[in-house]
Amino acid sequence: MTLPAERAEMGTPDRSHEIMELQMGPSHPASHGTIKFNLKLDGETIVDCDVEIGYLHRGFEKMCEQGTWTQVFPYTDRLNYASPLINNVGFALAAEKLAGIQAPERAQWIRMLTSEISRITDHLTCLGMAGVEVGAFTVGLYTNEAREYLYDLVETLTGARLTVSYCRIGGVTNDLPAQFGEVLADRFAKIRAVLADCDKLLTRNRIFVDRMSGVGRLSQEDAISYSLTGPLLRATGVNYDVRKQCPYLFYDQVDFEVPLGSRGDNYDRFLVRFREIEQSMRIAEQCLAKMSAGPVIVSDSRFALPPKRDVYNSIEGLMNHFKIVIEGIKLPAGETYLAVEGANGELGFYLVSDGSGRPYRVRVRPPCFFGMASLSDVLKGHMLADIVTTFGMINMIGGECDR
Amino acid sequence: MGKLVDTIRERFADKIVDAHDRQGDETVVVARDHALEVYRFLRDDPEMAFDFLIDLTAVDYFGKTPRFEVVGHLFSLPKCRRLRVKVPVDEKDCRAPSLSSLWKSANWLEREVFDMFGIRFDGHPDLRRILMYPEFEGHALRKDYPHNRRQPIIPERDPVENPWPPRRLGAAR
Repeated sequence: MTLPAERAEMGTPDRSHEIMELQMGPSHPASHGTIKFNLKLDGETIVDCDVEIGYLHRGFEKMCEQGTWTQVFPYTDRLNYASPLINNVGFALAAEKLAGIQAPERAQWIRMLTSEISRITDHLTCLGMAGVEVGAFTVGLYTNEAREYLYDLVETLTGARLTVSYCRIGGVTNDLPAQFGEVLADRFAKIRAVLADCDKLLTRNRIFVDRMSGVGRLSQEDAISYSLTGPLLRATGVNYDVRKQCPYLFYDQVDFEVPLGSRGDNYDRFLVRFREIEQSMRIAEQCLAKMSAGPVIVSDSRFALPPKRDVYNSIEGLMNHFKIVIEGIKLPAGETYLAVEGANGELGFYLVSDGSGRPYRVRVRPPCFFGMASLSDVLKGHMLADIVTTFGMINMIGGECDR
Repeated sequence: MGKLVDTIRERFADKIVDAHDRQGDETVVVARDHALEVYRFLRDDPEMAFDFLIDLTAVDYFGKTPRFEVVGHLFSLPKCRRLRVKVPVDEKDCRAPSLSSLWKSANWLEREVFDMFGIRFDGHPDLRRILMYPEFEGHALRKDYPHNRRQPIIPERDPVENPWPPRRLGAAR
């Protein structure tokens, strides 16, 4: 491309290729998330793009250092608010690794089950919005309805739809409600019907495929260099899923497939997410089948609150309760990194403890942060309208990206 | 002691300050001047093959010398293993080598470490704040930054006269 200055030297003052600077965002109706694109455009073609994040920065990591380890859980709900249970599970597992304890077997199955439910809600959100953004509004309504089936269920389990705070160090707060399995099976049947509808509406829809296919391509080398994980990486064909490569909980005991793409464009990202929903439902069903009765939290009074019966009737119970609430659970001094497969990729927690009841440092590795880092490169040469679909498929969640 | 950290220690001898695998996480502590060399070896050596820079962050050990540690987490997909690399950084000379020549993801990760801890990365192409705005005073994740500190109110920025990021010459090429 010739720059306007060069063209002026040649004596042909042509203003049709003048670079236009455009600031898109931070509150743009077509981007579901507070983000700003500083664009340089040649017509509608993106010449340069600077992605500005941080509009939803709440100081998550700083605030975690102010309270006890248990008080971090409500903060983690608000990281990726489309899949809060995975964040809960990730932090609980990291803290338990630092403490050197393991949650009871049933708690681990429940954590797996809830993680997969959260993954489904996250993917449904992403896919529905992908449809809405290219004009397929119906799909957004269908997937939101399907998501609501699961949110209802999460509400019966945790008391909240999004801000669940369900996990604790050493287990989970409460057992599954009665009839949970039966209701879940019923809901999954409904979701499968919705997915079949969405499949018909989108997967071979000419408009949708034209908008998605070949757009936002990233090679395997670039995806690895940008540390992409999750559906973004798997869309390029790299087989990396934390659940398979570094299994945590009981993921090595269940049977599931990892859907892979081949071209690394938006359409493959869409397909990978779409197919993962089915795999997540398979995992959830196996969890329910393999689960046996038992406690859902450790009985070690250093980590878990004693039953209320003991708190009110025995001095030890009261003291243990007091110590955990006021001083906090004391994790041994040291540091640890633990990763779980979030809906958007590897969700890692790097914890540093100085042995007191408060975290010394809590670092979250937010998966969509890396997708956003790659966006500038991905978008160059594409059209302005491609920002919307590419950004949608990166599925940036402000709470997680900006922390 | 794991086999991996032994190999690295043998290869680099005194350039490795410490190596351990406490809590099951294999960790090497590398002197700052050799950090880039060690990272490059870890990425390129076929025995190591750490192709992912999974995470890069820092920890402020306020009151200790050196005060900061820049902590990198590597993952090797072919070998399926993880490694933590720590680089101590002193408060008086708050710099670390940039990894942006090795991994593209290092660009934003280092911007965040700079934003939150004030550690400068030598060789970084575009070191500026990422989560905070340019007028923000101090570095929020330092331990001597109180969590309830107020920031001064800044005048509105004219995006045309004073754009953020600043216009770079020839950036639109």
